[in-house]
Amino acid sequence: MDISFALTGKGYVIVAADTTAARSIVKMKVDEDKIKVLSPHLLMAFSGEPGDTVQFAEYIERNIRLYQIRNTYALRPPSAASWIRRALADSLRSRRPYSVNLLVGGYDTSTHTPHLYWVDYLGTMSEVPFAAHGYGAYFALSLLDRYHDPEASLEDGLATLRRCLDEVAKRLVVTPEKYKVKVVDKDGVREVEI
Amino acid sequence: MNSFLTRYSSTSPDADIRKAKELYGEDEEVSEMMWGSAGGFGNLAKGVPSFKIPAVADPSSFLRMHTDDHADPSCRIKIKHGTTTLAFRYKGGVIVAVDSRATAGSYVASGTVKKVIEINPYLLGTMAGGAADCQYWETYLGIQCRLHELRNRERISVAAASKYLSNLVYSYKGMGLSMGTMICGWDKTGPAIFYVDSDGSRLKGDLFSVGSGSTFAYGVLDQGYKWDLTDEEAHELGRRSIYAAGHRDAFSGNTVNLYHVQQDGWKFIGNYDVSELHYNGPGDNVPGAPGGGYGYDIRVEGRSSSNAPA
Repeated sequence: MDISFALTGKGYVIVAADTTAARSIVKMKVDEDKIKVLSPHLLMAFSGEPGDTVQFAEYIERNIRLYQIRNTYALRPPSAASWIRRALADSLRSRRPYSVNLLVGGYDTSTHTPHLYWVDYLGTMSEVPFAAHGYGAYFALSLLDRYHDPEASLEDGLATLRRCLDEVAKRLVVTPEKYKVKVVDKDGVREVEI
Repeated sequence: MNSFLTRYSSTSPDADIRKAKELYGEDEEVSEMMWGSAGGFGNLAKGVPSFKIPAVADPSSFLRMHTDDHADPSCRIKIKHGTTTLAFRYKGGVIVAVDSRATAGSYVASGTVKKVIEINPYLLGTMAGGAADCQYWETYLGIQCRLHELRNRERISVAAASKYLSNLVYSYKGMGLSMGTMICGWDKTGPAIFYVDSDGSRLKGDLFSVGSGSTFAYGVLDQGYKWDLTDEEAHELGRRSIYAAGHRDAFSGNTVNLYHVQQDGWKFIGNYDVSELHYNGPGDNVPGAPGGGYGYDIRVEGRSSSNAPA
């Protein structure tokens, strides 16, 4: 039931995820942060099987951090995404795989280019200009095909994200009430209100 | 279900009354409650036409047994499914747009299906769900609408036509009918759209989309919709929304059929190939269209998110 969106624009990536943690028909929590900050210029939204999600996200978080401590520099987004995908793919072939879907967004400070990767629990990875997981994808992808602009300003990018959230609020039967939105650009990661 | 069975069985109390009426030469099947109102729906008093149903205990489970291709991919009868249809009301009338793909399981059975059924010059019906069910019953609805005109010397309203269909499919509820349709037209009250499905739902509204690709169509349609659309903008919105579904939904696509209903009846606007729309758009100088292909990669070609200092 988790919903997450992400989209790129001129020099940034926006990542948004709903903040509800549900069990059966009950909302257990309404301010859960499902977007991990993996490094100064890397974000990861995660969703899927309860339990697996946080375990996997923390495993990734610490290993990315370990790499940074050992090598002084953090992995650049394409390398980080590849490593994360490999971790999921290896997990899939283990006795008990993680069922986690991811959106990995980052800003490559050496090429000044934002990157966004759509990754699912089977270890499928695809670099995309915009992405969504969960039921939101059914409403937002067609909308993003129409309205997404790779050269949009942050303000216009957030307006496009707003369209996605509005559409989901309008048409999906069970709607999340709140989303957490994070932006990564040349200045690093920050949270924005929407 | 029960009322249906009693009506057609030969051993129920109803059947006994029927036989008695035949003996005494009474007006058949017209009850006291119908008195004085036979003009309007005289035909309804006799019920819908009698239908051969499978001679088994439970026709719907019999049908399900031989058609459910989720449980049994090797079943003999595969019902044609998968569609995107939409209709919306705006200042200038009603826009109806549909795709043209018919799928049976994972097989694309046809790419040239007419999913808009022209009931009469003022009424259109759309087709989603079972192709045969929609085609048959909406054509049948057309017959009944014509009879209504002849009996009452005036055109049937969209509300009445849709209610006729709704009551009709409701009488078959639980027997395996599968249809999701929009009855669109222009009557004394102006432009109107009713959504009717085989569950028996009937909804009046300004904007509907039905079928497997409906969510994708809604995504584009909702964001571009406003009451004060010009005719050209409205055509473009309908076309663009079906394209979006044709692009994203595997069970929709091939071509778009576009209709416009105004005071003087419906008009066929055009047929557009989805691939053609993707790469080249609806054609040169189409009013309302942005020009160029609808496809994301085509639309943003040469643009980049990189902000490297020049």
